[in-house]
Amino acid sequence: MGELRAYAALFGGRLRSATAYRTSFAVELVSNAAGTAIDVATVFVLYRAASVIGGFTLDEALMMTGITAFAFVLADLTVGNIDQLETYVRTGRLDAVLVRPLAVLPQLMLADLPLRKLMRLAVGLSVLGIALGRNDIDWTPGRALLLVTAPISGAVFFGAIFVMSAATAFWWVDSGKLGHGFTYGGRDFTSYPITVYGSWFRTLFAYALGFGFVSYQPALTLLGRADPLGLPDWSGYLSPLVALVAVGVAAVVWRLGVRHYRSTGS
Amino acid sequence: MIEMRQLRKTFTVRVKAGRLRREKRLVEAVDGISLSIGRGEMVGYIGPNGAGKSTTLKMLTGVLTPTSGEVSVCGLQPVPQRTRLALRIGVVFGQRSQLWWDLPLRESFRLLRAVYRVPAGEHEARLRRCRDLLDLDGFLDIPVRQLSLGQRMRGELTAALLHGPEVLFLDEPTIGLDVVSKQAVRSFLGELGRTGDVTLVLTTHDLADIERLCHRLVVIDHGRVVHDGTIEQLHSRYGSRRRLVADLDTPLPPGFTLPGTTMAATEADGHRVTFTLESITAGAAVAALVSAAQVRDLSVVEPDIEDVVARLYTDG
Repeated sequence: MGELRAYAALFGGRLRSATAYRTSFAVELVSNAAGTAIDVATVFVLYRAASVIGGFTLDEALMMTGITAFAFVLADLTVGNIDQLETYVRTGRLDAVLVRPLAVLPQLMLADLPLRKLMRLAVGLSVLGIALGRNDIDWTPGRALLLVTAPISGAVFFGAIFVMSAATAFWWVDSGKLGHGFTYGGRDFTSYPITVYGSWFRTLFAYALGFGFVSYQPALTLLGRADPLGLPDWSGYLSPLVALVAVGVAAVVWRLGVRHYRSTGS
Repeated sequence: MIEMRQLRKTFTVRVKAGRLRREKRLVEAVDGISLSIGRGEMVGYIGPNGAGKSTTLKMLTGVLTPTSGEVSVCGLQPVPQRTRLALRIGVVFGQRSQLWWDLPLRESFRLLRAVYRVPAGEHEARLRRCRDLLDLDGFLDIPVRQLSLGQRMRGELTAALLHGPEVLFLDEPTIGLDVVSKQAVRSFLGELGRTGDVTLVLTTHDLADIERLCHRLVVIDHGRVVHDGTIEQLHSRYGSRRRLVADLDTPLPPGFTLPGTTMAATEADGHRVTFTLESITAGAAVAALVSAAQVRDLSVVEPDIEDVVARLYTDG
């Protein structure tokens, strides 16, 4: 309880710091809105170029894009800040985080205030909304539940990926954008039906690393379509489980990373 | 309060060896340190750059994981019990701020009260004491980034103390400060030490900090303890000598010797001479000198800790 209040205070402090730089905040908000608009435009341009994508109609494929968009934005908004870790490790500023009586991860998550990313949340939600509107879904209690669990599990999964890729900084301080291959790359991978990818690449990302359960399998279950790749119908409900496994792995990697932290001379 | 047994920290460093090849090399930053520090002790922890001071402090505060050995602070293991330990220790890393850069100092203190879950009454009392002793009132409402280094350091000290820590770790608390701020920080720490309930471990390059504050001096070099004791013990162990400095009306005749001393220096065309007292009391030396020469002024100089420590580093 006391800890929650501590995090709330940190959040409040961050909020007040942000208002210390109103102009730069406004500039960021505008540039983020522009960036988001371009992201959305890309999706529509892609879908205008072809009428069928990986054996799915555009509207069906949009279902996957929608789940991914919403899940990713949710993760980016809450956990995305963790990519700052690299700077904290390189400059040794993590020392100051480690001597506080709070967990490292939430402190870093609250170290920046991603209000500017709120715009993207609206966009993610509307892509999902459009996808739902354009598909004729046979609603059952299971599918209604899936509509809630899929984006949330997806967000948790992406959050775990964010944490793991940030944690590489504990071993390679100049890991730089290596992690982005898995975070932003993962978002792009899951934005389309996985049938479009080559088989070894698909096996690795979709099944071995679990990205296939973020949006592809849940979307199939929602739409009531059989998986052309042969997984059973209920595999769409597996996403919370996959997300939990990812969280478990991320927790281990993170813990090892913090123990591996070397600080800097001072 | 603090126990270290055979504490080590080894870093792997990659060194360029040829155009593309890199060699791994192991650096023993802390090489088997065993120390025991009791409640209320004030310990100066000194050593040349790279001796392992900060590394030790970081292992004591849970920032770094020891490679091997045992360590406990307040009965807790720093890394596995980091957050519990953090509630009971205060840390000032001179180069790493605990304060919120963009917020007024007052706000940082308010946030820290929430972070450390300190009851309002205790917080108020401690803050009031720091405000008085460190003279914070003039800049409580200024954003931290606009504070001078001296003001910021006084803020950092307050920040480290608001939760009433049992142990205070200070890494270079006076580095870069002007004389007045140094004085303020030192007398504040001295005041703190006199109460006897705070254990204080201080690393510094400024030996005046140690002379003013610490009864116990631990010198480390290359990751090992080379001295552990009082400043007096350090002097006697390394044979520091007192010196007799005399201003003379006329220079001493060539070849003059003062029994039991060695001539250390002659300045101002022989009008000022310095003898190092080897096997004679200051009184006897003074008497012998006065009977041999026209002495205008005399002083006996205590050994300089800087010299001793410098000698310790180069020997190591």
